[in-house]
Amino acid sequence: MASVFEYAPAPESRAIADIAPSYGLFIDGEFVEAADGKVFKTVSPSTEEVLSEVARAGSEDVDRAVKAARRAFEKWSALPGAERAKYLFRIARIVQERSRELAVLETLDNGKPIKETRDADLPLVAAHFFYYAGWADKLDHAGYGANPRPLGVAGQVIPWNFPLLMLAWKIAPALATGNTVVLKPAETTPLSALFFADICRQAGLPKGVVNILPGYGDAGAALVSHPDVNKVAFTGSTAVGKEIARTVAGTRKKVTLELGGKGANIVFDDAPVDQAVEGIVNGIFFNQGQVCCAGSRLLVQESIQEELLESLKRRLSTLRLGDPMDKNTDIGAINSEEQLTRITSLVEQGEAEGAERWSPACELPESGYWFAPTLFTNVTQAHRIARDEIFGPVLSVLTFRTPDEAVAKANNTPYGLSAGIWTEKGSRILAVANKLRAGVVWSNTFNKFDPTSPFGGYKESGFGREGGRHGLEAYLDV
Amino acid sequence: MSDTRLSVLKTYKLYVGGKFPRSESGRVYEVSDSKGKWLANAPLSSRKDARDAVVAARKAFGGWSGATAYNRGQVLYRVAEMLEGRRDQFVREVGEAEGLSKSKSAAVVDATIDRWVWYAGWTDKIAQVVGGGNPVAGPFFNLSSPEPTGVVAVLAPQESSFLGLVSVLAPVIATGNTAIVVASEKSPLPALSLAEVLATSDVPGGVVNVLSGRTAEIATPLAAHQDVNAIDLAGADESLAKELEIAAADNLKRVLRPQPVDYAETPGIDRMTAFLETKTVWHPTGSLGASGSSY
Repeated sequence: MASVFEYAPAPESRAIADIAPSYGLFIDGEFVEAADGKVFKTVSPSTEEVLSEVARAGSEDVDRAVKAARRAFEKWSALPGAERAKYLFRIARIVQERSRELAVLETLDNGKPIKETRDADLPLVAAHFFYYAGWADKLDHAGYGANPRPLGVAGQVIPWNFPLLMLAWKIAPALATGNTVVLKPAETTPLSALFFADICRQAGLPKGVVNILPGYGDAGAALVSHPDVNKVAFTGSTAVGKEIARTVAGTRKKVTLELGGKGANIVFDDAPVDQAVEGIVNGIFFNQGQVCCAGSRLLVQESIQEELLESLKRRLSTLRLGDPMDKNTDIGAINSEEQLTRITSLVEQGEAEGAERWSPACELPESGYWFAPTLFTNVTQAHRIARDEIFGPVLSVLTFRTPDEAVAKANNTPYGLSAGIWTEKGSRILAVANKLRAGVVWSNTFNKFDPTSPFGGYKESGFGREGGRHGLEAYLDV
Repeated sequence: MSDTRLSVLKTYKLYVGGKFPRSESGRVYEVSDSKGKWLANAPLSSRKDARDAVVAARKAFGGWSGATAYNRGQVLYRVAEMLEGRRDQFVREVGEAEGLSKSKSAAVVDATIDRWVWYAGWTDKIAQVVGGGNPVAGPFFNLSSPEPTGVVAVLAPQESSFLGLVSVLAPVIATGNTAIVVASEKSPLPALSLAEVLATSDVPGGVVNVLSGRTAEIATPLAAHQDVNAIDLAGADESLAKELEIAAADNLKRVLRPQPVDYAETPGIDRMTAFLETKTVWHPTGSLGASGSSY
């Protein structure tokens, strides 16, 4: 939309992230080639430019990395907690020092706006390492009995939507509790994990404590099923989560799964409309909606539907979509062509099933993977866009008349990760929050994260918690 | 006329939704004591019985999970009271089932009654022990609270037919879950008699459902059931446990794998936390402004 108030470009400098033309696997403290010599290219989703060529881990590499982690485990787990803590504090500090570089890198590799990597991802990454660093020598007081023991080697598989933050969520508690780690980043976003390997070297972390294996699903499957892995942690799709649960059946491996969601954002008639609109926008358009806890179903009380939608549409018309490196950009690129295809196909099904599609006037860049902010009205609970996780900037609007109806509709999903409540009435917040079957409930806010606060789902959104004291349990033999 | 009175035998029945039905299949199987002497015919539950039990447990979940923790504690304590009154019956039944002397069987029954008391006291403490506020870096207050997972299938231990049974059942319902218990296959009678105690202890119908029969036959549909949220595999052997864990992955049930347990020991809180979810609710705290005097 051409407007009187055009924004001049305000690009962040990409020179600050020095990306090498190629990267190896990080095993036992060294960058090495894959055993079978395979590589893959990682591209910038906003331009389709190849950023680097990365070694692709196979099952032989997985075995090598698990062996390295096993060798490192004995000494690492025997270190006094206070010493492990200091390594983690070092890592946290180096992340802070290098946060501008890492924010640029993440934006280039992932496609999300620099505003988000700079103001959300990176501060949370550093905070997470700080938080768990402090636990390393206080585990006796964590409520799991005296001297709780680590599990051993943790096999961790993370997604592409918050590459470095998900790495922090996995590695920080694992190391604090004395485990060693083999981590596989997603194939579309391997770079920040490889830069993290360099941070481990700078921090002087002993060899083999952290191993990074860029690769595809086959490497993840090999890691999860490796007989010498004691702990499996996965964040990703519910379908893969179920496959992992089957793979580890009958073993002694401890598992935590952070999976999909179809979060309900419930707006009551007494909600402050402008604040609710901001919360709705944040809920579904933060990171282009590629967020497992996104508020992808808007449940609005019927009496204010018209007013709310009018405000919401007006607000959506002001969102700036484009170059993720521009500091004014609100909506960046979709992470991959594959994801764009999935979003497009679900949106087409939404239209075919009779829901009404709306997007603001919005010019999409010529190259790269883009999807305009999209809103569906006339959505019923039976529609696929109201049931399936789209993982994109697509909001399905449903209505309700009574709080009971809102709760019933919010809970009418196999998922149970997040929900939002917008109302000025305190008792209603508490009553509704109490009835929602979801692991995280935001009242009069949305998408807030903090390392001290446990995060994780009910039902098919997975099990186990990350963050807080609760997050320690996943990595302790308790 | 003989001077020895012919005793009245009990027809053992299932316990589903607060009622005592026979198996819908009309089947029974012989239950004998440790020496092989016939004790009773017990219902041989079918997969339909299992599904009916899930419906009953789901129906009871809202009320039981919504009851106050204090109320649940009172109800669990009432179970102990009722058991105490029928102590002799259970000493006999457990003795026959497990081949224990009268004194050993009495010790088991006493420990079982005390276990109910132990868990009765936990209902209104567990939330403080595993939940709490989090020091968020920002203008927010949030609170993490444990909530029951939902409908839990419990495969009771095969050997410890009464103390083991209560040790796996009580922690599930103490926190507000509802349960479908598959009794010890060989020794189901103490479990079926416990149902009679539960029915007279203010435990709402459907909160505990007791099925007897072949563990594998009943557990398989329960592990695959889309409206069951969790399963305790205590009574499954290694190969059955693996099979059930695979089936349970279909809707990502929480699975408690079989592990060696000494049921005579005071339990920890693990069997409660295994079937608890953590919900974190965030609230903005607002701000009073620079002067702090807007109120």
